[in-house]
Amino acid sequence: MADPTPLAALPESTPVLDIDGLIDDPGVKVIVCCGSGGVGKTTTAASLGLRAAERGRKVCVMTIDPARRLAQSMGLSQLDNTPRSVAGVDDANGGSLDAMMLDMKRTFDEIVESHSDPGRAQAILENPFYQALSTSFAGTQEYMAMEKLGQLRSAAETTGEWDLIIVDTPPSRSALDFLDAPKRLGSFLDGRLMKLLSAPARGAGKFGAKVVGASLSVVTGTLTKVIGAQVLKDLQGFVSSFDALFGGFRQRAEATYAQLQAPDTRFLVVAAPERDALREASYFVERLAGEDMPLAGLILNRVQEVPLPNLSAETALAGADRLDENGEHPLTAGMLRLHADRVANGQRQRRLAQRFSTAHPRVPAAAAPALAGDVHDLDGLREVAAALADQ
Amino acid sequence: MSTPSTAGRPVTGKPRGGDWPKVRLHVVSGKGGTGKTTVAAALALALASGGGRVLLMEVEGRQGIAQLFDTPPLPYEERLVAVAPDGGEVFALAVDPEAALLEYLEMFYNMRRAGTALRKLGAVDFATTIAPGVRDVLLTGKAIEAVKRGERAGKPTYDAIVMDAPPTGRITRFLNVTSEVGGLAKVGPIKSQSDSVMAVIRSPRTAVHLVTLLEEMPVQETLDGIEELRESQLPVGAVIVNMERGPRLTPEGLRDALDGTLDVDEVKAGVVAAELPRKLNVNTVTKTLIAEAAEHAERVELEQTERERLDAAERPIYELPEMSGGIDLGALYAMARMLREQGVA
Ligand SMILES: Nc1ncnc2c1ncn2[C@@H]1O[C@H](COP(=O)(O)OP(=O)(O)OP(=O)(O)O)[C@@H](O)[C@H]1O
Ligand SMILES: [Mg+2]
Repeated sequence: MADPTPLAALPESTPVLDIDGLIDDPGVKVIVCCGSGGVGKTTTAASLGLRAAERGRKVCVMTIDPARRLAQSMGLSQLDNTPRSVAGVDDANGGSLDAMMLDMKRTFDEIVESHSDPGRAQAILENPFYQALSTSFAGTQEYMAMEKLGQLRSAAETTGEWDLIIVDTPPSRSALDFLDAPKRLGSFLDGRLMKLLSAPARGAGKFGAKVVGASLSVVTGTLTKVIGAQVLKDLQGFVSSFDALFGGFRQRAEATYAQLQAPDTRFLVVAAPERDALREASYFVERLAGEDMPLAGLILNRVQEVPLPNLSAETALAGADRLDENGEHPLTAGMLRLHADRVANGQRQRRLAQRFSTAHPRVPAAAAPALAGDVHDLDGLREVAAALADQ
Repeated sequence: MSTPSTAGRPVTGKPRGGDWPKVRLHVVSGKGGTGKTTVAAALALALASGGGRVLLMEVEGRQGIAQLFDTPPLPYEERLVAVAPDGGEVFALAVDPEAALLEYLEMFYNMRRAGTALRKLGAVDFATTIAPGVRDVLLTGKAIEAVKRGERAGKPTYDAIVMDAPPTGRITRFLNVTSEVGGLAKVGPIKSQSDSVMAVIRSPRTAVHLVTLLEEMPVQETLDGIEELRESQLPVGAVIVNMERGPRLTPEGLRDALDGTLDVDEVKAGVVAAELPRKLNVNTVTKTLIAEAAEHAERVELEQTERERLDAAERPIYELPEMSGGIDLGALYAMARMLREQGVA
């Protein structure tokens, strides 16, 4: 009898995402891996980076919060915000692989430092509100990932050090958080209250007395009562120095966002074959289309392999029951039950994938199987990338 | 762990027992997606069963509880969402920082009008975003208020509060409100509010439980989280291993599968005796089953390693299986029962 064909991970009608075509294309200089948390974005980014490097590209991979062992195996023991060469990469084709871990606070600090004289920068860096903003504002990490991408891109252009940058994105709940961060941060820092608070420092500023007069006293009065005068003073200090520093932060954020629309950039949306992850992937795909940002395709990660679908879950369970009734071959009975679980789980995942494909019939996809162990070294990364490339 | 204690004081008429008789605030954290919301709800049901009254609260504005119980989005108001077996009650509340601030302004300063003006200006949003410490004091402050409510009259409103809290990566900072606010406010009302919140959070009346899966990243995050909580003198409660699949083969079977020494002839004899449909080739089935068993054994071994790493943290461990039909009310009741059987309440 011929070798059994495993159950395909993706519906037949789904266009194949040609991974090698993507990473070999000299016109593609940036690949952004997006998706909701816990789906394997970091693994995907690192795997593709490794494969691209071994196929001859000069690659820089930016990771965010990689698993400890994976980080170690890539030589990422220091979180120093600078790409370092990864050892153990096959350079026979003339490629190379550098990798880094994003340090969001440091990236923010560097932006502040590069925009002002040392004294002023120091004052901002020491302000408690700046510290809160740079470490815990929702969206800062996403925004800093984008800023860092911009820096890497211009470094690549000036030095020719890299010809492909692959970025991981922060582990947000929603894949959209990445795209929304600049706007969120921009409108927050450019907001009405920010203006209001910086008005006294600017001598009433352009806000007319109408707005400022009444409200300002209510605002400052209440804030003083609730948070105390010192806090208010720190806040105003922060707002006015930040304002002087960036003028309109919103413009900067818009420019940072706009670089994602560059013609040499591609997005990959990564999802696990689970309902929530695929729903997020759907939102993201729709959003990219609306923003004219090129989607390369979907990476469906950790798909349960089903090597012998002809042996259905029901048949396997019936067989196991038969063995149990006769009180014989408990080992085989256990194995048949295991197989039944696996088929059922695999089929559930394929139904979810099918649903996604039906909604987005033109989105190409590539799947990677759920490996029994964790991916924590270069061999594991090679294996994942090879699986993705071989659809 | 499973001997019920009677040390607890009856609060709403129900004797308090289980592993956490002194705990009034159960904070449930864990890596994202590991089942914090689900486990928090099951824990609330477990604590309520037998006639207690429990408040289940969420703090991240995601309406996870409403989705879980399949009810419309929760307003800023305590609502009955489930009745536990033996007549306990679970109330739910979605706390949002803005509403909490307005409530706070009104309660302490009689300043609801000013609060509304501030909100119109975006000031509340601003203050609670730019100063996360302030937001966290408001959220935790609400939990503490619920803990203390009715206490003075000797009749606490709730036996326990269960909080579906932020994930492990943020939990220490979230609970450690004094030091967060301390960076911003050295004196003043926010500071004193944070001090009184902190006093309850650091006391034996609070326990922070961490939900995890038996996988490398969630376990690592759990261990790091425990470490961080301890360093900040925050009370670490239990570790709850969720979505366990457990071994499907005997220990010997697993060992042989891992070593590649399964008795092929025996497996094959079993396949024959199972009388599978003719079209299936016995050798192919045997080969496939053996390969699948090897992968399964590898995963079980990994889970075992992770389990040992968790054991080393020396915290009580509760286990919840992967619920095959997904999570509905029935599954939550079943999970609550399992938690009780393991001594939670
Ligand atoms: N024991 C279980 N068996 C089966 N499914 C489960 C179990 N626990 C949780 N789930 C499912 O896992 C998913 C995540 O659960 P849940 O929303 O509770 O996680 P969470 O940690 O609160 O996530 P988040 O970090 O997004 O808040 C849900 O789809 C839930 O139904
Ligand atoms: Mg949740």
